[in-house]
Amino acid sequence: MARPRHNRIERRERVSSAAFLAPSFLGVCGFFLVPFAVVVYYSLVNNPVAKKFVGLENFTKLLHNAAFLQATRNTVIFSLIAVPMAVVLSLGLAVLLDGHIPGKSQFRSFFLSPLVVPAASVVLIWQVIFHQNGALNSLIASLGGTGVDWLKSGWSQLVIVVLYLWKNLGYNMVLFMAGLANIPKEPLEAARVDGAGPATVFFRLKLRYISPTVFFVAIMSLINSFKAFREIYLLTGDYPYETLYMLQHFMNNTFRALDYQKMSAASVMMFLAVTVIIGVLFRLEARFGKDVEQ
Amino acid sequence: MRGGRLRAVRIVLATVWAGAFAVLFLLPTVLTVTNSFMSAEEISAGYGAVFANVGGSYISEQVRLKFIPDMVTFKQYGTTLLESPEYLMKFWNSVILVLPIVLFQVGVASLAAYGFARYRGRGREALFFAYIILMLMPYQVTLVPNYLVAKAVNILDTRWAVVLPGIFTPFSVFLLTKTMRRIPKEIREAASLDGAGEWQIFRRVYLPQCRGALYSVIILVFIDNWNMVEQVLVLLTDPDKQPLSVFLSQINTGEVGLAFAAATVYMVPAILLFLHGEEYLVEGIAGAGSLKG
Repeated sequence: MARPRHNRIERRERVSSAAFLAPSFLGVCGFFLVPFAVVVYYSLVNNPVAKKFVGLENFTKLLHNAAFLQATRNTVIFSLIAVPMAVVLSLGLAVLLDGHIPGKSQFRSFFLSPLVVPAASVVLIWQVIFHQNGALNSLIASLGGTGVDWLKSGWSQLVIVVLYLWKNLGYNMVLFMAGLANIPKEPLEAARVDGAGPATVFFRLKLRYISPTVFFVAIMSLINSFKAFREIYLLTGDYPYETLYMLQHFMNNTFRALDYQKMSAASVMMFLAVTVIIGVLFRLEARFGKDVEQ
Repeated sequence: MRGGRLRAVRIVLATVWAGAFAVLFLLPTVLTVTNSFMSAEEISAGYGAVFANVGGSYISEQVRLKFIPDMVTFKQYGTTLLESPEYLMKFWNSVILVLPIVLFQVGVASLAAYGFARYRGRGREALFFAYIILMLMPYQVTLVPNYLVAKAVNILDTRWAVVLPGIFTPFSVFLLTKTMRRIPKEIREAASLDGAGEWQIFRRVYLPQCRGALYSVIILVFIDNWNMVEQVLVLLTDPDKQPLSVFLSQINTGEVGLAFAAATVYMVPAILLFLHGEEYLVEGIAGAGSLKG
C-alpha cells in the first residue's frame, strides 16, 4: 500500500520541480543547447545553403589555418603560465591571511577589490605604466637600465599575466581561505604533537584536505584565463602584438568574415577541448580527494 | 621566551608582505581615481609621452606616475557629466544592458535552483551537470550559438542580442542550487504540513533562507556584465548602443583627462555594491567552493 502513495508523491515533486525549472530550461535550450546542435551540424557541412555533408573537412581545414594555430598556441601558452601562477600565488595569499596578522579583513578587501573594478576603468593606468614611454620604463631608466616596449614585444604575454593575476587572485584567495578554515583541527594538532613542523603539516595534511578547492580554483582560473581577452582587447585593440593574438580575436575576425563553417568548427573544437580538460581535472580530483575523505 | 619573539618576528614579516601586496593591488585603482581630479593640462604634461604619439612620432620625455594632483579640480567630472553627452550615453547603455540581465538572471535562476533542490532524480542530475558544463564554456564557444539565434530571430545588433543570452547564463543557477540544497529538507516538510503550497514554500521559506547567496549572485553577475566586452564585439556592433566598458578604450588623445573621470565614474557602482555587500560576496564565492552539487 505504501508504494503507490510514495510514487504519487514522487510524481508530484517531479512535476512541480519541472515547473520551476521550465523558464530557465527553455532559455538555455533556446539560446545555447539547440543552436549549439545547429553549430555542430554546420561544422559538418560544406556551407549553410548547399548543406552537403563533408565529414571532418572543416576541422582539418581549421587545423591547417595559420591564424587559428597561432591563436590556439598563444591561448594555451597563456593559460599554462597564468593558471598555475594563479593557483599558487592565491594559495600563498590565503595562507598569509590564515596566520595571525592584524587587519585581516582589510587585507582581504584590498586583495578582492580588483575583481570589481571593470577592466575598462584601469586600462588607462595600464597604458601609462606599460607604454614604451611609460612609468615602468622611466623607472628602469632611472635605475640605469634600458626599458622594453612591454605591450609590443615578447614581454607582452607576461604583462597580461600580471593583469590577469591582479584581477583574479582575490577571488581564488577567498576560495582557499574558506577551504583552509574548514579543515578539522584534530588531525593538525595530532601531527604537531607528533613533532611535525609547519611545512610538513601544510604539505602533508592541509594541502590534501583542501585538494577539492585546489581543483575548483584551477578550473575557475582556467575559465577566467579565457577572459583575459578583455584586457588584451582594451589595451591593444583588434590587431595586437602577435603573441597576444588569442582565440577570441580569431573568433571575432571569423564573425566579421561570416565564415559559418570556420566559426562552427572552431566553436565545436573549443567545446571538446574544454570538456576534455575539465574531465581530466575531475578525474584527478577523484583520485587525490579519495584518501582524505576516508 | 625565544618562541614568543620568533612568533612576533613572523607576524611582522607576514604583515609586511601583506602590506606590500595590498599596495600593488590598490595602486591601479587609486591612481585612476586621483588622476581623475587633475586638470587636463596636468594630465597631458604628465602622460603626454604615452598618449600623444599615436602618429608614431617619438617623444623622448618620460612619464612619471603622480599620486596627488597639483591642484584638485572637478573640472573633468563637470565636462564628462555635463558637456560630453557621449560618455553619459554610453554609461546609460551599460545600465540598460546590465540591469535587465542581473534582475532576470537572478529571478529565473532562483526558480530553477528551487527546481533542482526540490527534486533530485537521475534526469535532473544530468541536466544540472549540463548546466555546469555550459557555465564553464568560454565565450569562444557560446557566442557562435548566440549569434545564430540572434540572426535567426532578427535581433542581431539590438540590445536583445546581448540581454537575452545573458539572462539564461547558468552561473547563478549553479550557485543558488548549491545554497538551496543545503537547506534541510525538514524545513520544507514542516511548511508543507502547515498547508503551504510549493510557491509559498519557495517564496516564504527558501528565498529568505538564501538572502545572502542572492545578494552575492547579484553582485557577481553585475560586476561580470558591467565589464562586458566579448558579447558586445560580436552581437552589438552598433557603436551607438555599445556600453562604456568597450567605449572607454577608444578615447581620443585629447580626452585623456576626461577618460580618467569617466573611468572613475564607471567603477563607482561596482565599488559601492562591493563595499555594501562584501560579506555576502565572500560568503557566496566561498559557498561555490567545488563543482559537486
